Amino acid sequence: MTHSLPKLLVANRGEIAVRIIKAAKALGIPTVAICSDVDTETMAVQLADEFCVIGKARADQSYLNGEAILNAAKETNATMIHPGYGFLAENADFAKAVEAAGLIFVGPDAQTIRNMGNKAEARRLAKQANVPIVPGYEGTIDSIDEALSIAEKIGYPLLIKAAAGGGGRGIRLATTAQELAKELPIAQGEAQAAFGDKTIYLERFIKRARHIEVQIVSDGERAIHLYERECSLQRRRQKVFEEAPSPVLTNDLREKLCTSAVRLAETIHYKGAGTLEYLYDEAIGEFFFIEMNTRIQVEHPVSELITGVDIVQEMLKIACGEKLSLHQEQIELQGTAIEMRINAEDPSRNFFPSPGIINELKWPQLAGVRIDTFVYQGYKVVAYYDSLIAKIIVYAPTREQALVKAQEALEGTTLIGINTTIPLHQWLLSLDEVRKAEFDTGTLELLLTDSIKLELIKGAI
Amino acid sequence: MSTFEIISPLPGTFYRKAAPDVPNYVEEGQAVTPQTVIGLIEVMKQYSEVYAEQTGVIESFEVGDGDPVEPGQVIALIK
Repeated sequence: MTHSLPKLLVANRGEIAVRIIKAAKALGIPTVAICSDVDTETMAVQLADEFCVIGKARADQSYLNGEAILNAAKETNATMIHPGYGFLAENADFAKAVEAAGLIFVGPDAQTIRNMGNKAEARRLAKQANVPIVPGYEGTIDSIDEALSIAEKIGYPLLIKAAAGGGGRGIRLATTAQELAKELPIAQGEAQAAFGDKTIYLERFIKRARHIEVQIVSDGERAIHLYERECSLQRRRQKVFEEAPSPVLTNDLREKLCTSAVRLAETIHYKGAGTLEYLYDEAIGEFFFIEMNTRIQVEHPVSELITGVDIVQEMLKIACGEKLSLHQEQIELQGTAIEMRINAEDPSRNFFPSPGIINELKWPQLAGVRIDTFVYQGYKVVAYYDSLIAKIIVYAPTREQALVKAQEALEGTTLIGINTTIPLHQWLLSLDEVRKAEFDTGTLELLLTDSIKLELIKGAI
Repeated sequence: MSTFEIISPLPGTFYRKAAPDVPNYVEEGQAVTPQTVIGLIEVMKQYSEVYAEQTGVIESFEVGDGDPVEPGQVIALIK
């Protein structure tokens, strides 16, 4: 169903709000920005056609306040709401409330969000679509005895995961049966406290894995993929440095991986943009689905640059009722893109947040460099939200050239007034591990605990 | 003996421990050094350690586990 005269309310902030507003502008859709009372100076508010202050600084009073967001939509006669990432993006109740209010939620329907948000259910659906999953047990487990006998079949070490968890949270490790017996009730208690649902499931622990994810876009009937991204460099389960394509997949594996993602999207009649996350066990050359994110992701630009597709525009078009205009045969993988997340954090103080005024800001003026940001010279970075202030994304015909361009982009950036993770990225680009793509999801944390390396970061400032 | 205030530089949620089921980082009456972690502040699911920054003994905590904190708010006293 298409609404005439669409008007988009962006229920988010920061760089993704700017990104969504730009995509809407390109499609001729008027925009409404919402913000908290400390966010009235951000770029999104300035770019949007209108804005509403919906609450106080703390997220639960503003960006997590679904009622306030819907009120703003009604006041401004918005017809669509794009939730961005984080906040309410994967909140099925919010999606349902948007639909109940007669508005379009830019994303899949509430039931799909709920299904894929339940990790155990997502595994079950993946299995149904013939997508390889991490060996485990996808039913719910009620007793320790049941858990122990299931664990015998999966093998140790294994992970106890909250079914309602995600984003790296609600996970505990058990290396023996005794540990499992001890950790299980704790995991259930934590799951209840953090996610309101004590359901847990068990999964084999893959010790050395690469985090590879596939971007899909789907209109409810037909899905396409935009190839994969590798996001193995993480600190405290937060991605820091991402690239597309993965430097280690063969064409054959890529084909199998990406078509499996399309298969799952079509099996569940997915509508919108989404990402399927996999663990790739390089030692045995196998990939395993772990979860699906039913939202746009921070690192989406690298997929856009290697395929030429504007994912956010596609989300808006599909939400307006259009069928997917792209065909898989049209989507060519060209070149390499690398994204460096620039956070307002001090690497020499264990990445402590570094809010404050950006006194001077100059981005590099180079071909093949894209900057996604919401800050500008004179802007005051506040401490109430996550610390991502910009993404420096580079694109080149080869990975080697992209790494060089990444270094040039960092050198061409002037940012004075707050501490940022620019020195961290300069250090990463100097590492053999990064140049040769010899890393897995544990690599960055290991490197960061090496005090010699920390001195290098301090020296780079 | 003077009292040193550990002040929150951030708005967020203060935690006395690294996870729900482990003991507190430190207890009242415990000796600390500048590098002792006395708690965590969480902002948008990102956790930052709060350090004692002084040598001394924890006199009291002014904020409880899971309480919100604002910049400038006193978290604990060290003497």
